[in-house]
Amino acid sequence: MTKIVVAVKYVPDATADRTFSADNTVDRVGVDGLLSELDEYAVEQALQIIEAGDGDVTVLTVGPEQAADAVRKALQMGADAGVHVQDDAIHGSDAFATSLILAKAIEKLDYDLVVFGMASTDGGLGVVPTLVAERLGLPAVTYASEITVDGDTVKIRRDGDVATQEIEASGKLVLSVTDQTGEARYPSFKGIMAAKKKDVQQWTLADLGLDAGAVGLDNAWTKVESFEPRPPRTAGEIVTDEGDGGTKLVEFLAAKKFV
Amino acid sequence: MTEVLVLIDAPDGKVTKPSLELLTIARRIGEPSAVVFGSADNAVLAEYGAEKIYTYDDAAYGEFLVGPKAEALTQLVADKSPAAVLVGASTEGKEISARVALKTEAGWIGDAVDVQSDGGTITTTQSVFAGNFTVKSTITQGAPVITVKPNSAAPEAAAGAGTVEAVTADISDAAKTAKIISSKEKAASGRPELTEAAIVVSGGRGTGGDFTAVEAFADSLGAAVGASRAAVDSGWYPHSFQVGQTGKTVSPQLYVANGISGAIQHRAGMQTSKTIVAVNKDDEAPIFELVDFGVVGDLKTVLPQATDEVKKRKG
Repeated sequence: MTKIVVAVKYVPDATADRTFSADNTVDRVGVDGLLSELDEYAVEQALQIIEAGDGDVTVLTVGPEQAADAVRKALQMGADAGVHVQDDAIHGSDAFATSLILAKAIEKLDYDLVVFGMASTDGGLGVVPTLVAERLGLPAVTYASEITVDGDTVKIRRDGDVATQEIEASGKLVLSVTDQTGEARYPSFKGIMAAKKKDVQQWTLADLGLDAGAVGLDNAWTKVESFEPRPPRTAGEIVTDEGDGGTKLVEFLAAKKFV
Repeated sequence: MTEVLVLIDAPDGKVTKPSLELLTIARRIGEPSAVVFGSADNAVLAEYGAEKIYTYDDAAYGEFLVGPKAEALTQLVADKSPAAVLVGASTEGKEISARVALKTEAGWIGDAVDVQSDGGTITTTQSVFAGNFTVKSTITQGAPVITVKPNSAAPEAAAGAGTVEAVTADISDAAKTAKIISSKEKAASGRPELTEAAIVVSGGRGTGGDFTAVEAFADSLGAAVGASRAAVDSGWYPHSFQVGQTGKTVSPQLYVANGISGAIQHRAGMQTSKTIVAVNKDDEAPIFELVDFGVVGDLKTVLPQATDEVKKRKG
């Protein structure tokens, strides 16, 4: 019986115009959002683990009202239950505060494994799994490309830049999985219908025993001083290859002193 | 001057270029102290400004994931009260530094591309949303723990004392639970490391699966080879070479995209490159919106010609 919590994030659509609000936080309201694509792999892996053995999957998110969409998508894919932590005081929370909220919520749930996607598609730092693990006093095996659960033991393959590692851990564990773990399933019609009956608990900070002073924009340990759009790249020179494209390319590189 | 702790990455003792960049950046803030797990070429560390070199020697640092290193570095921060802690923005660097920041209740910055110090106030610069925005941040609590991306500064030699000090740390049992059973080194390509390279030449769907022309051109320039997600998903090139949202973010002096359309997922990984060049058959490929120079043509004829031209010019 493996009890898995999958933490997912509702993110602004990467193909939409992403921007910041007046208080220098990511605009999560004025832009279309969805379940972070990279979190679908986490849901998929969790489902595969319980399908190969026995257990259940609870999907957890922290975010504004619209973040319920992310939970619903995971339930449609096959997760058993959902938890949505929503509280006005959370607005502007950084990765550290978010990890506190997640860790408190995870502690409130019964779990063996916590599974994350490798990174969000907005902030993209990939650091929340590590921070949650640190708060739970657990190891984190990040960027897993293959997971095998055998009783109490979890074996993980990690394809790093310089080496491929095999890692073994027992007991409670935090994992993050890459997009190399395998294609995430699409919700079936049956899955979509079934998701409507699944239980989604709504929790506030008070339910987690957290004070508003522990999270939010004003309590972050870092401060965004300014943001500015990157200056658009000035249009470059485009030539059509008429048998001399390669030579012209190198002439450009030589003028720029790369050759 | 206060100390700045710099976590050194030195596989097989050889100090990496990003570590030298960190030492250079550290000198803007205070006196660099190198922190080494295992051993590093101490002469190089001193040459690039390390006043002190703290070395840790315990098998636990290699046998387990980041837990033991994070605990050791946390104890060093408590002991030395540094002005800042600088760590490379690698997977391991981010994990160690994030745990240290949380344990020391200090502000953490991920993926800085610049770090400046003005009268004791440290300001970092990060690139977000696929490189479309630049954000400047400060740290409001604790000794800043900053992870810095490769190529964020040019390493500059500046002799430091390089005084070696062996240190030990108390490692908890909880930090020793995820054990590395085996670690197989990948075969060396002989090319520069992708995220550190000054020039990256990459290939996408337009290669049709044959990277020969891309690799040959890369080698003529002494460049690293990258690949788009389309090429990786097709099994044409290993995932560790993928540039983009779900792969590596690179910011070289020169990026040459070949047969890559330039979808947002790819741009996220390369659009902060200083100079961008593209070769693509499709003159409407979005990649051409980014380029300083573009060739509309078949990479299979353009690249070999360019490779010959580079070789001719280099003699």
